[in-house]
Amino acid sequence: MDKLKIRNRLAKDKALLWTVCLLATLTAVPLFAILGEVFIRGYNQLSWSFFTEPTPTAYRVMKAIEAGTPIPGGIANGIIGTMLMLGMAVIFAIPIGILCGVFLAENAKNRYAQIVSYLTDLLQGTPSVIIGIVTYIWVVVPMKGYSAIAGSIALFIMMLPLIIRSTEETLKILPSSLKEAGLALGGNRARVMLKVQIPAAFGGIFTGVLLAISRVIGETAPLMFTALGCSFVRFSIDKPISAVPLLIWEFFNDPYLQELIWGASLFLLLFVLILNLTAKYLAKKWNQ
Amino acid sequence: MESVKPILEFKKTCVSYTKQTMAVKYVSAAIERNTITAIMGPSGCGKSTLLRAVNLMHNLYPNIRVDGEILLNNENILSMEPIDVRRRVGMVFQRPAPFPTMSIYDNVLSGYTLNGIRLSRNQKEETVEHCLQSVALWDEVKDVLNKKGTFLSGGQQQRLCIARALAMKPDVLLMDEPTSALDPIATAHIEELMQDLQKEVTILIVTHNMGQAMRISSKSMFMYLGELVEYGNTKDLFSNPKDERTKAYLTGKMG
Amino acid sequence: MNDKLYKILLFVATLTMPIVCGGVMYALVTDAYDAFEHFGFFKFLTSSDWNYTDGSEQYGALPFITGTLMTTLLALIFCIPFSLPVALFVGEYFNGTKIAAILSTVTDLLAGIPSIIYGLWGFYTLRPLIMAFDISPQGSGILTASLVLAIMIVPYAASLSAEFIKMVPNDLKEGAYSLGATHAEVIRKIVFPVAGSGIFSSYILAIGRALGETMTVTMLIGNTNNIPDSITSTGNSMASIIANQFGEADDLRLSSLIAIGLALFLITAIINMIGKIMIKRARIA
Repeated sequence: MDKLKIRNRLAKDKALLWTVCLLATLTAVPLFAILGEVFIRGYNQLSWSFFTEPTPTAYRVMKAIEAGTPIPGGIANGIIGTMLMLGMAVIFAIPIGILCGVFLAENAKNRYAQIVSYLTDLLQGTPSVIIGIVTYIWVVVPMKGYSAIAGSIALFIMMLPLIIRSTEETLKILPSSLKEAGLALGGNRARVMLKVQIPAAFGGIFTGVLLAISRVIGETAPLMFTALGCSFVRFSIDKPISAVPLLIWEFFNDPYLQELIWGASLFLLLFVLILNLTAKYLAKKWNQ
Repeated sequence: MESVKPILEFKKTCVSYTKQTMAVKYVSAAIERNTITAIMGPSGCGKSTLLRAVNLMHNLYPNIRVDGEILLNNENILSMEPIDVRRRVGMVFQRPAPFPTMSIYDNVLSGYTLNGIRLSRNQKEETVEHCLQSVALWDEVKDVLNKKGTFLSGGQQQRLCIARALAMKPDVLLMDEPTSALDPIATAHIEELMQDLQKEVTILIVTHNMGQAMRISSKSMFMYLGELVEYGNTKDLFSNPKDERTKAYLTGKMG
Repeated sequence: MNDKLYKILLFVATLTMPIVCGGVMYALVTDAYDAFEHFGFFKFLTSSDWNYTDGSEQYGALPFITGTLMTTLLALIFCIPFSLPVALFVGEYFNGTKIAAILSTVTDLLAGIPSIIYGLWGFYTLRPLIMAFDISPQGSGILTASLVLAIMIVPYAASLSAEFIKMVPNDLKEGAYSLGATHAEVIRKIVFPVAGSGIFSSYILAIGRALGETMTVTMLIGNTNNIPDSITSTGNSMASIIANQFGEADDLRLSSLIAIGLALFLITAIINMIGKIMIKRARIA
């Protein structure tokens, strides 16, 4: 009787272990399913011209369909647009984010800092579509038009809380002896921060920036209401501009351009995953 | 003849953490029923490791190997089901750790709950009262049985943990420096308690406190670098150690 | 640079946060005002009409609130049987081993995939499956969106839960083992009760993510403007109606969409705040 009960309990114990292993492994399946599908359907579209040519015009598409040749064109306009907007967003988000992070790390108990910290959480949790709406109201409407500036402001707002948090957290785990030693040597707080603490925290902050970029680079909804999209390569910041995720959305909605979806998705997916893996690798390396 | 038979017997017991390092080396010793045996030695000598082998705690960690034999009532526990062994060999740890999500009442009965054994209401109340009586905690907590065990003082928590182990009616109770986290008054309380408990259960206690070993135990082991150096009646071991290393330890020249 | 200037510089930089957050609130409230004034605050949130024909314009948020709640709830239900095993795998069974590190890298990468790519995958892989199994004729709908949404929130729920599972003191686990419990019994009766509030709060934060997810839902929910009557029917969530119609809307319709945005913002903010407070409490305990 007792033996039977023990066997029963051990069977349950094994069953849980196997269930956990099975379900945990199943969770990994979507990653490989998505990677596989995007790769298989997209890799033969990747060619030199895919990266150098903009979205095909309706006329070129029609001709290709008539001739039975593959859809021409590529995503050059999207790549340029993404880089331009991301670049502008990063230039502002890095210094402001780091300064805010430093402030939060140095004044943890201060009432104002707690409010800023709470607002950072609030902004981080705000759905990106809301950021799109608000940027539309504050930037697109007054400027009387969609623009790269509007798009980059939306990206800036989304990146900011991520950079603030990673800076703050990295600075907080630095040994306080580092700061004290710097101050003891007669440096003032600004100098110690700039010459001692920030360099020591560089790894963590850099990782945070990479992750922030990988987070926002695939954002689509906020760009729909701000950058809008544009079918040719353009460098002006006050005009509508395209971006890679915007192109994917366009291709998705245009029955003639669906062939291009997978190449664009593969490019975006690889970019994001490589950024993620690099960040993870660097974080591990710097932690040692 | 039957009464002389040891309850627990180590036969060339070895414990190794890696292939190269052996924490316990070929220990052989027989433990008599209803005695208190103290295991002493400098830190790192393998005394806790030996103790934890008795309830197969090492099985939780895949890298640790236990070799040789450990006989409980003449049955080699190394080939038994761990959960069966652990029910018959209770353990009290260094730091008192009552389950924080359970009341005092439920903590005493936690062995049954964990093992999925159902008790009647009467059985439960009897067990709780009896176990708390035997650790001299009943009078202090009988009105607050529904409070969380973590509200108690350190000494009370440790006694609760002893009660929790006793509730399973073990043959052997292992105690791994049970008083090292407690103040002197709580320590005295627990030492006193152990004297009474040996009527019910055989106790094996690891301690780094020689006074404690002398006060409570009838038999003592001295371990050094994983080896069992000396084992005998506590009085003899303290008054007339046979090995130089034991002498050095007892006179404070080691550890 | 002297200390005073340094402090001022830091302070000025932090002003960005109140300005941006204030700007978000102000823009949403002022631009949603028209809709609330025209239909009445309560009526707007409880009306189920969404009609933009000129002359008989009528807007109400109820279908979208329902859509958001249904997708979020279903996603949560689908997410638990996977995120909990992942958390146990990483935080308990294989804590600290290489295989656990691999699984957490995999889930991290899952969290990194852009939502538009999840949408594509759902549309081209999952939707045909739903049709093939005859679950719904059109393939898209609340169910399809929720399934993909569930995959998207698994990483958040799992990694945070794993963190709390790892925090359960070894003393307690060994104590339970020493009483003869099996690993499964230790998990059920010690690990879950002790890590419970932390695990619970990680699901609250996962809900916060699911509520505002836009592109995936937009591509899979079917985009119809009535209250979904079953989990296989089509609908729209608060985020997806905005993504669908914002570009072409003006006047009252635009204001109504922004009003929905305001409601979504407030719901997410409240859920996230509750989650964060609970997490802080669970970490201290």
